[in-house]
Amino acid sequence: MAEMDTSGGGHKKGPGVKKSKKLSTRVDLTPMVDLGFLLITFFIFTTTMSQPTAMQLVMPKDTDNPEEQNKAKESGVLTILLGTNNNVFYYEGQLAPNATNWQSTNFKEIRNVILNKKKSTPESDFVVILKPGETSNYKNLVDILDEMKINVAKRYALVDISPIESILIAKTEGR
Amino acid sequence: MARPKLPRKSTTIDMTAMCDVAFLLLSFFILTTKFKPSEAVPINTPTSVSSKIAPEKDVILISFNKEGKVFLSMDDKEKKRAVLNTVNVTRNLGLSGGEMKALVDQPFIGFPIAQLKQQASLPSEQLKGSTSPGIPARDSINNEMMYWVSAVSNVYQGQKKPNLLVKGDNEAKYPTFKYVVAAFKKYDFMTFQMVTNPENVPRGSELYRLSLGGKQISQ
Repeated sequence: MAEMDTSGGGHKKGPGVKKSKKLSTRVDLTPMVDLGFLLITFFIFTTTMSQPTAMQLVMPKDTDNPEEQNKAKESGVLTILLGTNNNVFYYEGQLAPNATNWQSTNFKEIRNVILNKKKSTPESDFVVILKPGETSNYKNLVDILDEMKINVAKRYALVDISPIESILIAKTEGR
Repeated sequence: MARPKLPRKSTTIDMTAMCDVAFLLLSFFILTTKFKPSEAVPINTPTSVSSKIAPEKDVILISFNKEGKVFLSMDDKEKKRAVLNTVNVTRNLGLSGGEMKALVDQPFIGFPIAQLKQQASLPSEQLKGSTSPGIPARDSINNEMMYWVSAVSNVYQGQKKPNLLVKGDNEAKYPTFKYVVAAFKKYDFMTFQMVTNPENVPRGSELYRLSLGGKQISQ
């Protein structure tokens, strides 16, 4: 215990010699403990535990030479388009001229769409094409890239949206 | 029968040990706390399942907020000076030594190239993301990120490529990102990283199964 021996080290005083009053050196540490824990709580609350993470994205080199361009089998392609207000659209293969394979969905259901497509095509043919629209926001893009990661879609590409597709998005959204 | 006398025990507890523990924890937290560096540009980053910690060294951070303003910051002051110097020379800005120093010391570059002189004259406290116009990257013709990335690629020529970080706001529109990436691509920076907040992998998804070491979970 934090206490000091104040008894003069075994030196006996003779009878009649007045002993000086022993003062306790113990200090009440309770307020100090209080203060300590108060500061601890402060530091716990102000500490930012979560460090930002980073998502790596590798872009392919643009090439005008058609022989160098990556080719994808039509049957294995899933095109996902991002619209306003978290709307998601998709079609499989090529967009039909009358847009019959144009489907709309949302971020909750897109996972099943990706999984279904992934199951129904051989792995080497499976390619996802992501086309974020002009009005889609950055969060949507990260979410859909995340979705690629979650569903372990190894081949995906970020492609600019074509004018026809942006018109279709605008139409489907009723704008 | 007489009750045995119980020795009266003191109710005071010795607080020394508890005090020791409290201050030990306190010093631990003080030493490990890294205060969030005050961000000139507040940005809410999206979440992702990516678990890789964002690099902190040799970083070139390009942030854009929801208004589509783009900001550039670099942690290496020498490199920043070199990049600014390149832009100064190639674009004939005529920045003086003092202005260059001011720009290097400022936390970010958030003015169009033509107005860099103006930014250099601002004291650091007045330089805020909300009042700066940002580097314009609104269409493919007027994309000043091209000049900056070109300068960066000049400075880092023959050296290890820097860590390019893109930090975008949740509500930022996609085209801003597109033009920033277009600038990267033009100067052969094919790999970059997007700063996100961590998020849990959804249970039962394929990645979840992979992260469990390839063990299949029966559903």
